[in-house]
Amino acid sequence: MKLKKEAYEDIPGTWVFDAQRARKGYRVNEFLYSLMKAENRREFLANEREYTTKFAMSAEQQEAVLKRNWNKLLELGAVSYALAKLAFTDGKSYQFMASQMTGMDEKDYVAMMLAGGRSPDGWRSKSERKGKR
Amino acid sequence: MAKIVAGVGTSHTPAIGAAVDLGKVNEPYWEPLFKGYEPAKKWIAKTKPDVVIMVYNDHVNAFDFKIIPTFGLGCADEFKIADEGWGARPVPVVKGYPELASHLVQSLVLDEFDITIVNEMQVDHGLTTPMSLLFGQPQEWPCRVIPLAVNVIQYPAPTGHRCYMLGKAIKKAVESWDEKLKVVIFGTGGMSHQIQGPRAGLVNKKFDKAFLDGLSKNPERLSRIPPLEYLRDAGAEAIELVMWLIMRGALGKKVKEVYRFYHVPASSTAVGHIILESRR
Repeated sequence: MKLKKEAYEDIPGTWVFDAQRARKGYRVNEFLYSLMKAENRREFLANEREYTTKFAMSAEQQEAVLKRNWNKLLELGAVSYALAKLAFTDGKSYQFMASQMTGMDEKDYVAMMLAGGRSPDGWRSKSERKGKR
Repeated sequence: MAKIVAGVGTSHTPAIGAAVDLGKVNEPYWEPLFKGYEPAKKWIAKTKPDVVIMVYNDHVNAFDFKIIPTFGLGCADEFKIADEGWGARPVPVVKGYPELASHLVQSLVLDEFDITIVNEMQVDHGLTTPMSLLFGQPQEWPCRVIPLAVNVIQYPAPTGHRCYMLGKAIKKAVESWDEKLKVVIFGTGGMSHQIQGPRAGLVNKKFDKAFLDGLSKNPERLSRIPPLEYLRDAGAEAIELVMWLIMRGALGKKVKEVYRFYHVPASSTAVGHIILESRR
């Protein structure tokens, strides 16, 4: 089975939540969705491994959840809005999670946003970035 | 007859709603933003809509991934506020208008838009943040609300042109409702922003300005922006802006821009706001 490479895959630093990714991430997102309930949040925090084992996600996905490896989770089909529920469960903000995804300190990330955000220049395409290096 | 008198475009960033709930609106970080919405609050208090059609998107709250409607129209009597993971926002329950909503569904389906009928759902910040921005913190919301939830989470969202055409069909549907009603339609989400991956924090002011300009000057052309352009130039989550095109389509050919506001940042988002009144 061969899939056509989509043009948006050339956007750097981005995992577009498309149909294939959604398919792969279905069980992770199901787990994340369960964190909307306070009793589930408590149960998860009490024993993360045991709680996540109830969902039929892959071992790689489960490890990424336990390690809060946000970018890995995006790559493996978690959608950012569902991931936010994990960040909230940890008592963290969306902003904290976003800064972690960029590899920046939260303070530096906030400063970047206050200064007008990240310019799209140099961030439009992977091939463009390669050419620059 | 019912009439759509105006359209409101606004971001719906959850942090804005949280700032309202936590009493942070006068903090230096938030003050400029809330100041920018003061004229809009006055405008809507004067306009006094009977009904708001709220075009927004659910963020994995009402809909998990079992069923993902591209266009879901809320036909319930009321819509409770979702707990998105930190407790439900302390805002009033949203009162619907099932009679008019059902009429919209019927008219839209016959107009070849395959709307999903939603008889029960909770609403999240996508709907409640714009309500807070325009109506403040009342005991009860001053008008009825018909939610139109659009899938912009799983790619692909409906195209801008499809959304624009849907807006036109909504205008026709509203105008065929035989009751004197003042309707305001909201298009929410955006503007440029990306909240995932190493590219998070992207803002494109030029793109946003061109989009705001295009709403009154050339919405037809705006509706032809391909999905890739939103994702690449304005951030993965900027695709939410297609929902503004539903709002614009519902206003008819001529509009008058009565207010505009733009501010960076709210959390990771470039905040845009526009008010367009319908002109015949």
